[in-house]
Amino acid sequence: MINLAGRDIAHHLKSYLLTGLGLGLLIGVTLTMAGVYRGMVDDAKVLLRAVDADIWVVQQNTLGPFAEPSSVPDDLYRALAGLAGVAQTGNVSYLTMQVSHQGKSQRVMVAGYEPGKPGGPSFLVAGRPIARAHYEAVADAKTGLEVGDRVRIRRNDYTVVGLTRRMVSSGGDPMLFIPLKDAQEAQFLKDNDAIVEDRQRLAANPAINRPGQPGVLDAVQAIQTSSHKVNAVLLRLHPGTDARALATTIARWQRFTAYTRADMEDILIAKLIATAARQIGLFLMILAVVSAAIVAFIIYTMTLGKIKEIAVLKLIGTRDRTIAAMIMQEALGLGIIGFFVGKFAATLWAPAFPKYVLLETGDAGRAFVLTLVVCALASLLAIRAALKIDPAEAIGG
Amino acid sequence: MKLVALKPGKRTLLLALGALGFIAAFVWLLTTRGPLAPVGVEIARVTRTDLSPAVYGIGTVEARRAYAVGPTQAGRLLQVWVDQGDRVRAGQLLAEIDPVDLLQRGEAAASAAARARQTAQAAQAQVAEAASRVRLAQANHARYQALAKQGFVAQEMADSRRNEAAAAEAALAAARANASGAQRDISRAEAESRGIQQVSNNLKLLSPIDGVVTAREAEPGTTVVAGQAVLRLVDPGQLWVRARVDQARAQGVTVGQVADIVLRSAPGTAMPGKVARIELQSDAVTEERIIDVAFDPPPAQLYLAELAEVTIRLPGARNVLAVPRAALAQFKGQTGVWQVVDGRARFQPVQPGVQTAEQVQIVSGLSAGDNLVVYSARQLDDGVRVSEQRLTPQ
Repeated sequence: MINLAGRDIAHHLKSYLLTGLGLGLLIGVTLTMAGVYRGMVDDAKVLLRAVDADIWVVQQNTLGPFAEPSSVPDDLYRALAGLAGVAQTGNVSYLTMQVSHQGKSQRVMVAGYEPGKPGGPSFLVAGRPIARAHYEAVADAKTGLEVGDRVRIRRNDYTVVGLTRRMVSSGGDPMLFIPLKDAQEAQFLKDNDAIVEDRQRLAANPAINRPGQPGVLDAVQAIQTSSHKVNAVLLRLHPGTDARALATTIARWQRFTAYTRADMEDILIAKLIATAARQIGLFLMILAVVSAAIVAFIIYTMTLGKIKEIAVLKLIGTRDRTIAAMIMQEALGLGIIGFFVGKFAATLWAPAFPKYVLLETGDAGRAFVLTLVVCALASLLAIRAALKIDPAEAIGG
Repeated sequence: MKLVALKPGKRTLLLALGALGFIAAFVWLLTTRGPLAPVGVEIARVTRTDLSPAVYGIGTVEARRAYAVGPTQAGRLLQVWVDQGDRVRAGQLLAEIDPVDLLQRGEAAASAAARARQTAQAAQAQVAEAASRVRLAQANHARYQALAKQGFVAQEMADSRRNEAAAAEAALAAARANASGAQRDISRAEAESRGIQQVSNNLKLLSPIDGVVTAREAEPGTTVVAGQAVLRLVDPGQLWVRARVDQARAQGVTVGQVADIVLRSAPGTAMPGKVARIELQSDAVTEERIIDVAFDPPPAQLYLAELAEVTIRLPGARNVLAVPRAALAQFKGQTGVWQVVDGRARFQPVQPGVQTAEQVQIVSGLSAGDNLVVYSARQLDDGVRVSEQRLTPQ
């Protein structure tokens, strides 16, 4: 029993491989789009994973430090550290802003944390962690900064002492970690002009600037330029503590909203990136449907292009089964080649994307099965058309 | 070369080789870039070294003592004789408050004193007069007593002369008492006059120290209240940096340790200094300890309230086991380092000791020469496959 598919492919190897390559690129594009979607969801979760906090405590009735602005006093951690089950507490503050370095301006999320407490980067790829209490920073490698660079944030220059990787905000902006006190100052302290103007406004206020009480004006001005607020307090619990119960306790008796890690993931994915995720998800579906249609069309056309040869085969008495097997094998072969080329291409060009592209093996497996199914169905259509060919066409009838 | 022209055996071989090559490239790609790739880590060894830790804080240049010169009662400023930047000596007149009616009250007190002196003189004259009357009365009394004894005058006349003598003595005593009362009046009037003089002196603001005026806060004509500062002085030889150090890092700082001071106006120069005092009262809100670091030697020109960074050098540890600080990690609530065991990452809890900016001492958990993970391309978990590679770009 000869293998018709093998011989047919051998005769037209170049065009077969090129068709496979074309299909592969199409499948690669679809896989990449799925990777973009997964990468966006992963961006939303990566900070939660890296910080590894069991409970996030934020301002009452707000959706946490990322979805909504939240402001809590920075000595709240003392009350929380005393609760049963709490192992570590850490104050954090987040501020998204533009920083410029060597002429290039980019959007980063400046995160303030206390070294040794939850809230900072969990691993480094270069340099060292923050040692001093002021004016040092650890940057994500995506910012393009190197160890030793000086970057200006608001009023001060920070020296980058360490680099980390894959620390991005939920929107995909790379993060810059600085000591908490500096981050509080950056978030709440205004620039010099604004401070001077505020002082003048206070001095012009007769209720504060009374002639008989020279100390009141100074005290009020000092309050204006100090800030003791942070965006959230992170808690790490002892193993075995029920995070949900503790969060409910905090919400009820301390009257601050507390989210467990699952709640935070839900907020970030279902609320913060929901619209963008749906947008990409819809495009992904359309792309998949269009890819399937094109694959089917190519296989169908490939078969139709062989009408003469198939007619000759039927003329010389080839069984229907053999012809059907040839078409099916060629289609599946095309699908396999296409899938592998697509996965290869997608893995190669995924790191070049500005945002994270996450190619999951589950997605690849599903794509493989889907490719084979579509190829098989398309080949069935082609087989039906092939079996209806009149052998008389071989001799020009 | 057409594939079909080749012999079937060779053809199959070629196709098989091509397919194999592609699959090999695919597998290579998956294991180096894809999800099956091991995590890249950079390895370092535990070394024995000397550590010299330092404590870092920021603060401002302040004066050890700040003097605020002002009145002790409400009044209107008459004159201010010095301005910001002037050098003054102890006791120098700096400003004057309007005395209002104090001058006139002083004159009134002086007049009262003069009057009291004259009243005293009059009282003294009265004493003299009373004394002479006493002498006369006593002489009369003695004469008449002698006469009465001889019976030449009636007893009644002798008695009346005795009475006169007694009355004259009483009058002398009264005059003397008046005279000393008048003397007391003089002292009282003079004391009042001195008191008004003191109040008048109080309205003159004198410099308490040899120093420099740093602020002139009120101009002549302004009404100032009790306690309000008109001028502020400092002693320029007693300026230091009042630095705030995070309480968690302030352990080991003692008076006398050498420190480097970097002023914001000269960020490249480190000036030598010494820890002069560690304040007993820390800041509870910002959780910082306040450490006063003096310049050693004091520089020529310093500006108050200038921002300064202070690095205090602590006594170091000699010949201790140390690892790079980047290697310390937290895993499941423990501090430790990651080690590579049989190509997989394993967490080793350690106890850290003295820390410098770059390295940290390992008190227990590792031995000299052990390998450990310093940098990793991804977050490590227990048991993940790792491969050694160079992560830091050269």
